[in-house]
This record gives sequence, C-alpha cells and structure tokens, in this order.
Amino acid sequence: MRTFVFSLTVVLTLGITATAEAFCGFYVARADTKLYNQASQVVLVRDDDRTVITMANDFQGDVKDFAVVIPVPTFIEREQINVGDAAIIEHLDAYTSPRLVEYHDPDPCVLYEADEIMVSASRQDAPAAFKSRRERANGVTIEASYTVGEYDILILSAEESDGLIKWLKDNDYNIPDGAERVVGSYLKQDMRFFVAKVNLEEQSKLGFNNLRPIQVAYESEKFMLPIRLGTLNADGQQELYVYTLTRTGRVETTNYRTVKLPSNLDVPEFVQAEFGDFYRDMFTRQTELEKNRAVFLEYAWDMAWCDPCAADPLTGDELRKLGVFWLNDQRDRRIAPTGAQDVFVTRLHVRYDQEHFPEDLMFQETGNRQNYQGRYVIRRPFNGPVSCDASDYQLSVRNRQEREAQMLANLTGWDLDDVRNKITFMDVDGPAPNPVPWWKRIWQ
Amino acid sequence: MNVWKTLTDPRYYQIAVLGSLLTYGVFVLDFGIDWRNAVAIFLTAQSVQFIATKLTDAPRFDPLSAMITSLSLTLLLRTDVVLIAMIAATLAIGSKFLLRIRNKHIFNPANFALVTLMLATDRAWVSSGQWGSAAIGAFALACLGFLVLTRARRAETTLAFVTGYAALLFGRALWLGDPLAIPMHQMQNGALLIFAFFMISDPRTTPNAALGRWIFGVAVASIAFAIQFIFYQPNGAILALILCAPFVPVIDWVLSGTNYRWDQPRAQALGHSKGAF
Repeated sequence: MRTFVFSLTVVLTLGITATAEAFCGFYVARADTKLYNQASQVVLVRDDDRTVITMANDFQGDVKDFAVVIPVPTFIEREQINVGDAAIIEHLDAYTSPRLVEYHDPDPCVLYEADEIMVSASRQDAPAAFKSRRERANGVTIEASYTVGEYDILILSAEESDGLIKWLKDNDYNIPDGAERVVGSYLKQDMRFFVAKVNLEEQSKLGFNNLRPIQVAYESEKFMLPIRLGTLNADGQQELYVYTLTRTGRVETTNYRTVKLPSNLDVPEFVQAEFGDFYRDMFTRQTELEKNRAVFLEYAWDMAWCDPCAADPLTGDELRKLGVFWLNDQRDRRIAPTGAQDVFVTRLHVRYDQEHFPEDLMFQETGNRQNYQGRYVIRRPFNGPVSCDASDYQLSVRNRQEREAQMLANLTGWDLDDVRNKITFMDVDGPAPNPVPWWKRIWQ
Repeated sequence: MNVWKTLTDPRYYQIAVLGSLLTYGVFVLDFGIDWRNAVAIFLTAQSVQFIATKLTDAPRFDPLSAMITSLSLTLLLRTDVVLIAMIAATLAIGSKFLLRIRNKHIFNPANFALVTLMLATDRAWVSSGQWGSAAIGAFALACLGFLVLTRARRAETTLAFVTGYAALLFGRALWLGDPLAIPMHQMQNGALLIFAFFMISDPRTTPNAALGRWIFGVAVASIAFAIQFIFYQPNGAILALILCAPFVPVIDWVLSGTNYRWDQPRAQALGHSKGAF
C-alpha cells in the first residue's frame, strides 16, 4: 500500500542563525518552524481574486510512495502549476519568526545622557516535458496529466466523490476514513483536485533530495485554505503556518479568532539557551487559553524592512518566485523602483484538529498596516567592576529578575520555583534584599 | 411618569448590553479597539445629533439613539485612521436626518456608515471572527433578555433573520453532507449576533407591519447567505441589510402599520409619530 498524504508539509534543514543589530534590541535567536517535527507551511499571495498558493511539504518516508491530493477552489490548467524553491519559504520563515533580543545594562556608576544610549532606528533597505491525455474510468475524468519538475500531476474531474476515491484506491493509495464525505462536499462547492506523485526518474535527473514545494496560480473569489482533508489522516493536532503576501494590510481569519501572541515581554537571561522550548511551551499555553480555537498572529510587517531583523527581507526576485505577480506588472510598466516593496506579510500560526476547527480557514485582507512581531527581550545586568555604591541598581536588577521569572512562569506554565532556580539572581551588597519601604527614604 | 418612561424605553437595556460587550471585547478578548476611535465616534455622533436636531424640526435633543449607534460602530468598525472613525459617526447620524421616506429613515445608521466606508476605502473593515465562540452562550442570553424586556415587540425581524439564516446554513450542510459542527460553528459568531439583535432589529428601520418584518428578516437572511456562500465574500449580513433597506418603504406601502417610537414601545396605536429620530 502506498502512503497518501492530504496535507502538505515541508522538509527543512537547519539554517544558520544570523545576527543583526537594530533599534529594537540585539537580535540573538529565533523560533522558526523547525521547532516542530511536522509543520505545514503555506504561502498565499493574493490581490483581488488572483491567488498564488505555495505549499511546502515535509513528507517523511520513501518518496516513491508519496502522493498528495490538493483541493483547489477552481479548475486549473497545466500552466497554472509550478514547482517552487523550498529555500525561499525557509527564508520567509526566518524573516517572520518570533525573535529574542538582548539589551545590556549600562554601568550604573556612569551617568549617561539619556539620549546617548539610544541607537537610531535605521530602516533596512529592502533589499517539463508534458503530455496530455484523457482517461475515463470509474466516473473520474483525468482531465490532464503531465510532469512538472519532479512531480507527475494528474488533474481530476470527478463527477462523484466515490469516483475519485475509487480511482485513488485502485491506484493503491491509503484513504483515511471520512475522506469520501469531505471530497463530496468540496466537489459540490465547485472545488477541483489534483494529484501530485513523485516522478522518480525526473527527480534523480534533477538531483533534488527533498521534495520541492508545489505552486498553483488561480483566480477565485474564495480567499480560503482547505484544511478539512488534512484533519482526516492526522494523528491529533497539526501545526500549520500560513504566510500571506498582500498589498493593503494584515490578513485575518473571518471564521476563527485571530489573536496576537503576547509580545515585547522581558524574560530571564537563561531563555536564550532554551528559546525553542520557551516558544513551544508559550504557544501551547496560549492555544489552551484560547480553548484551542484561535489562529495566532506571529508577524505582520511591511516587507520593505524589519527591526530587529531575524533575517533580511525577501528580495524582489524571491517575491516574484513566490508568485507576487504585481511586482512583475510594475516591472513591465517600467515604474522606477522605489524603496518600498508594496508587499505586506502576515504570518499566522494555527494548531488545529477536526474538533476545534470544523470549517476551512476563511480569510480577509484588512486595512491594518500596523507592524507586529513576536519579540522577547532579555536584559543583561551590568557585571563589570563598579566604582560606586551600586546597591540601588543591584536591588532594581533583583526585583526585575523576580518580575521576569513570574512573567515567564505565567507565559509558559513553567513552575515558578524551577524558573527561579535557573536564574542567577543579582547579589545585593549591604542591606537585605527586602525592598526598603518608601517612607524610609523621605527624610534621609 | 418619567421613571416609568425610562424603564419602558428598551434603549437603556440596549446600551447596557452593548456597553458590556464593549467592556468584554476590550478587557477580555483584547481585540484591538482603539480608544481614540471610540472617543472620536462618541463625540462626533453626539455633536452631529445635536446640530441636526437644531437644524430640523426634531422636537428635542435625544442622545440615546446616537449613543447606541456609537456603541455599534465602536464594536464593529475597525480602522487605524481616526478621521475615518469620525466620518463613520457623521455618516451614520447624518443619514438618519437626510435619507428619509415617509417620516422614517431608510438605513440603519451604523449599517449605512459601515458599508459606505468599507466600499469607499480600504482602511475600514469589520473583523467578524474576533468574538470567538467562548462566550457565545452568555452573549446569546443577553440578547434574548433584550427580547424579553422589550416584550418581543417588533422582534419578528430578528427571529425571522436568525431562523432563516440558520435554516439555510443547516440546509447547506445537509446538502453538502457536512457534519453539523460546521453550521453550528458558523452560527456561533459574535458579529452575527450583534447584527441580529442590535442592527437588523432596529424598529425605526424595519417594516411597520408584523408580516412585513417576517418578509424583511427572511430576505436579509437569504441575501446574506448568498453573499457569504455563493459569492464567497465576507460580511454577508451587513451588506444584505443595506441592499434590503430601500425595500422597507415598499413593504410599508403594501402592508400598513404604524411607525415605531422609542419612548412609547407599548403605545403602538398612537398612530404616526412625528420627529422621532
């Protein structure tokens, strides 16, 4: 029996953690999608009814057993399917990841002019062979079949869902229970399906080890992502990242709550070593607080810049490869290139299952251009030699460390005492660390 | 007399419910209501109401309806431009005084402002998913309480819309072979409930005859469904209401009834009200 995958996911290799320096702290780490063993990543490029979807795949197993059925909102032809570049999605992932930044406390014994330690906010410049045949059997019309990159693509037009299911079964694919019903529902909503199988000959010729993402360009009023088939063959909850590239502003779901993850929070220093765990546990806790029914906003930004940058913004060429078609239009019209990219990116992260997400994700583009990023801050206490009585400073650091511990425990659900044990609390010279009552200072 | 009038005016209850929803939205759901927009909407709405009262033959300045319109706008309108929030309030209250047929305003004020701005600019939108489904139960209870308190008077529009829309959603699910969890999920939408209980129900813009209100409610539900599930556009209900509103005078012409007055919810037999804005 061959394995049959409904939801698309990508195989990722570990990237190099880049560093960058900017106004919003010194960037030290990011929590990208590699935190999860299996995470689907989808890029949706949309303007008016025109959509380009890129689906990355993290199928694990023998590629000769790999096939995927992809529902699309409308009928498509061969030229509308393309094979993309996984590296660009990795770049987009890195650029939009939640990030950890650090600040260093200045020497408490040196009086700075308040403005002197501010770093000015600098804007970063943005930088097949094919054959066609019609085959009719079991009520399934194979409208077309051809090879695109390392994939054999079959466009199916099944009049009845059992026809499509039967064809898949006849071709030895595993069909999860309940698939027939969902396929039937999609067909009645005028959705179409295509099947992508790996063409081993082409794959070895091309020399790609990983499966590259599949891209489809289509025109449809439906701004949505079909997730219902994906919930059928999954064990428990699934991790999905949706990146949207639009022109007006943020994208949000209209049939589920879109919630901003808590951001811009101070956390203890040791989080740097455990940023992945921190992020995973925080995300889990926040989804639980939302009763597993929310879609989380992780990033919303004008693609022209970032601050601090977890990775550079995508180049015009990368964006075009992802299908940002209006950049082509602009180039064709020979409009002088400006600093702005005219692309707004939204990164949504959802953990879904059939129970809590019964309906497909429906989106809308809003006029909201407010920038948002998942940003967590560590503040390094000054640990050089001090030339004055720094007990006030030390006390303030100690109090800050305690607040950070409570914040962390709150965000992640970690045990507060465990958190405290991992913190190297500031030694306070002189009086006990108990805060001095405010009235004692008045008449000193 | 005044105390009795206060108690029977359903708008106080409406303000209380909308106010609680706003508090809940801001402090529990944290769904990004900008306080500057809220202030701008409230001040502009009351100013326009005051000026328009002076300029027209309206008998006295009545802040209550403008207050309800402000609350509805604050709950539903999203924009990051304060000027748009002010324009919304001006359009809403202004439409009450300017767009009138047979002594009734044609459009629900907040609805008119929302649709005009959504179509005219891309800086205004409605976040219909932002209510989540967690507190829907309490929310629906508050809405039902509103019906009870107003003694279900003129509530046919709401009932017709809710039952019509639910029937279409469940019918669609049965036709598609979808699990019923899907239409259940679609009904559990906070924005839909606000619309059903506080916008389409507005007795000043619904037909005067009971039968007319049933027809109107079902028509809005059908068009809302078509927009949402045939044309796949968001905000079906809000768009459907504005499309149906111009037919209210026609329904009133065919089916006679009396205009509604907020201060006399029980005095339906008093005949035409003059100057209730």
